[in-house]
Amino acid sequence: MLAYAFRRLGQSLFVLALMSFLVFLGVYAIGNPIELLVNPEADDVERMRATVALGLDKPILTQYATFLVHAAKGDLGRSFVYNIPAIQLILERLPATLELAFVATVIAILIGIPLGLVAGLKPDSWLGRGIMAGSILGFSLPTFWVGLVLIMVFSVELGWLPPNGRGATVSVLGVPVSFLTLDGLKHLAMPALNLALLKLSLLVRLTRAGTREAILQDYVKFARAKGLPMRRVIGVHVLKNIMIPIVTVIGLELGSVIAFAIVTESIFAWPGTGKLLIDSINQLDRPVIVAYLLVIVTIFIVINFVVDVLYSFLDPRVRIGTAAGAH
Amino acid sequence: MSALLEVEGLKTHFFTKDGTVKAVDDVSLSVERGKVLGLVGESGSGKSMTGYSILGLVDPPARIVAGSIRLEGRELVGLEPEAWRRLRGNRVSMIFQDPMMTLNPVLRIDTQMVEAVRAHHAVSREAALERCREALAWVGIPSPEERLRAYPHHFSGGMRQRVAIAIALINRPAVVIADEPTTALDVTIQGQILFEMQRLCRESGTGLVWITHDLSVVAGLADDVCVMYAGRIVESGPVDDILDHPMHPYTRGLLDSIPSRNTPGKPLSQIPGMSPSLARLDAGCAFRERCERAHADCHPAPAVARPSPLRTLRCAHPLP
Amino acid sequence: MKLVAAEAADREAVRAPRPESPWTRFAAEFAQSRLALFGLALLVLIALVALAAPWIAPQNPYDLAQLDMMDSRLAPGAQSLAGKTYWLGTDDQGRDMLSAILFGLRISLVVGVTSTLAAMAIGLSLGLAAAYFGGWVDAAIMRVADIQLSFPAILIALILLAMLGQGVGKIIVALVTVQWAYYARTVRSSAMVERQKEYVEAARGLALSRPRIVIRHLLPNCLPPLIVVATVQVAHAISLEATLSFLGLGLPITEPSLGLLIANGFQYVLSGKYWISFYPGIALLVTIVSINLVADQLRDILNPRLKR
Repeated sequence: MLAYAFRRLGQSLFVLALMSFLVFLGVYAIGNPIELLVNPEADDVERMRATVALGLDKPILTQYATFLVHAAKGDLGRSFVYNIPAIQLILERLPATLELAFVATVIAILIGIPLGLVAGLKPDSWLGRGIMAGSILGFSLPTFWVGLVLIMVFSVELGWLPPNGRGATVSVLGVPVSFLTLDGLKHLAMPALNLALLKLSLLVRLTRAGTREAILQDYVKFARAKGLPMRRVIGVHVLKNIMIPIVTVIGLELGSVIAFAIVTESIFAWPGTGKLLIDSINQLDRPVIVAYLLVIVTIFIVINFVVDVLYSFLDPRVRIGTAAGAH
Repeated sequence: MSALLEVEGLKTHFFTKDGTVKAVDDVSLSVERGKVLGLVGESGSGKSMTGYSILGLVDPPARIVAGSIRLEGRELVGLEPEAWRRLRGNRVSMIFQDPMMTLNPVLRIDTQMVEAVRAHHAVSREAALERCREALAWVGIPSPEERLRAYPHHFSGGMRQRVAIAIALINRPAVVIADEPTTALDVTIQGQILFEMQRLCRESGTGLVWITHDLSVVAGLADDVCVMYAGRIVESGPVDDILDHPMHPYTRGLLDSIPSRNTPGKPLSQIPGMSPSLARLDAGCAFRERCERAHADCHPAPAVARPSPLRTLRCAHPLP
Repeated sequence: MKLVAAEAADREAVRAPRPESPWTRFAAEFAQSRLALFGLALLVLIALVALAAPWIAPQNPYDLAQLDMMDSRLAPGAQSLAGKTYWLGTDDQGRDMLSAILFGLRISLVVGVTSTLAAMAIGLSLGLAAAYFGGWVDAAIMRVADIQLSFPAILIALILLAMLGQGVGKIIVALVTVQWAYYARTVRSSAMVERQKEYVEAARGLALSRPRIVIRHLLPNCLPPLIVVATVQVAHAISLEATLSFLGLGLPITEPSLGLLIANGFQYVLSGKYWISFYPGIALLVTIVSINLVADQLRDILNPRLKR
């Protein structure tokens, strides 16, 4: 087990290094930020001075090397626009994004799995078919459009929920969270629901497919032949089998939820890292873009790694190192 | 009657959009205390479906349409599902063919055994575990403690099937239905399991229905035999009687195709043709297309006859 | 005698061999879902309408001469001074929404389908190569694909577009980059399975040349899952392009796709002028839903594990 974990760790670090290089290269090819930050009237001397000050005159590899050295110390450059350390900017906004992503995932799980179970157990009933039709709608609807419609209905027409921004926050372990206040919840409701929609539909379909397959298996027949009540057959035998791929998917999709928050944050003006990214791209604030990508890549790699290791815990057949069975 | 299980005129049909499939069409059999009944037939003959019907595991689009199943004198057909469930795994149990998939791969052995006990008896987990150890000992699994805490994939096929047998016997049912339990195992293991099941049943007085396509298995194991074809029992009786004096051409065909009964060097004899589609049965004898003794009056199908007190036969032109 | 699972044999009627081609059977199975047929019909309709946009749209929304600022932000059903009815209203430039939607649909479809086809071609070749050659070729291609697939498409596309800038070609490049890995992986796993089957051994035994084995034998058997993936991916591509355009990174204003139209109208939602964003969204939605309905049925038909 441990050997496997170490190997994965090594792979992850390699990927991290590779990504950082690619990101660095790519972002620095965008354009010349000097044009943005320096007065267009400035003469060449001014530009020269600004270039040197921002370190943009050195060859790319040198810039990368300097960058790596600084990165190791936690310094990922200063934002061209805000003039504070990029990493600080990202970390300030990260809790908002993570909160949104987390709440959205919870919503998707709490609604998606039960619905999928029902759809899988009664696939030909009205309810089952309705759920499936709903799920098709759910992942076909473009997220940003749904957000728009939500705002139209709940903010403009009904006036129940605020259309943008984050609500009042409370500090938990030093991290500001907004789901513990009523105001916070009101602001969270639409964005979280919006973000959850895609994953919810996916989960419904996944759970349904898993259930349909599981029901046909021999161990379900055997469980019934033992005279077990249906709720145990479904709740223990079937559920435990389908949970393994589902948990894996949820874990892996968590990263994608965080990324997709970019869109939701743009619509609802949620003060997270996604909105920051879009603005930075438009303003060519390279250090922030780089810092964002590195943080996201790190988060992803960590998530993938954890899910991998977790999977081997959940599925007893995959546990490496325990006494292997016969055929 | 000392019969633990009595099935009469059982009909289980599938209602699909391609037509009605008569999987079990007027089947009658009985099992006595401590005796073994062999139910023999090809794939598609309806023998498994008979087993499922007895257990009440018939799901839509199939349905028991007629007949009676009496377990220890209690009528099962028409019983409400919850009542049937209480008997399932308790007074009548089933063992399936593929031990690899019968046990749930993500649950421990003890979980799967204990739940079989506690579904029918309100006992503590400890008491249930005690029963489990007992049951494992019956089927010859040593050091039950470690086995209980293991997962199915830690066991070989033969072991898994023994566990399945232990689970089937754990509540000391009156009747056990074994659906080709040794087909997927090595031949050597097969022999062991056959022997042990026979012993267990004799010792505990449990009735055993052994479903198989292999007549040679039945020869060594069963007391009585029912031969099934296209959803009907075509012949039944004590095993020695049937093997020595088969009356139905199909039974004869089955016997003749056993390799050890053929002369070395000569081509193996076969039953010509294919088994019929159960959706396209007509009113005649289902075997007549393949039978060399077929005649015009094999249509309509002959009724069940009793050529001797212990034998039944469905044939218009039996072997002499 | 081959032993089939007794239950399945009991249940299933032995089918007499039917003298019909696999295509007829495929069509028949597809038609079993009325929902899928509906989706297909809708899809065909949308495609036809989109193709015919230049001829059937009441107005050419790109022709500045035809636009009248006085007509801007009119509600659906309003009339212009010249008596033309704006069935779906106008946007802030005075463009007829219906026309804008028709043209936008065209662009969205073209971008979606083109990128899917290109990604499929690339992914197919790479996947087959990986499966056939095995060894380090396989490892290299799959490693790259895996790494790419572990990151969300939107992120990769965002960064790519940030680097490349705007334009139809660039967006297609971004979409292809994001998609090829799905095809490669799908094809590779089908091909790996097929490779081990006996008919490939047989073909090799007959000393058929490698490309021939790959094209004539491996390929046809890898097609079913590929078709399902491709259909779903067209919908993804369209959706992704719309999202990127919405964020301002996709197609330029000169060739507005549905996403951009929605983005344009976003600022007016709060003041009640919902139609500028709403109707393009409906068009997008209908397109994607119909594709997904078709894809769903395809997946169900081609999934061997659910065959009962």
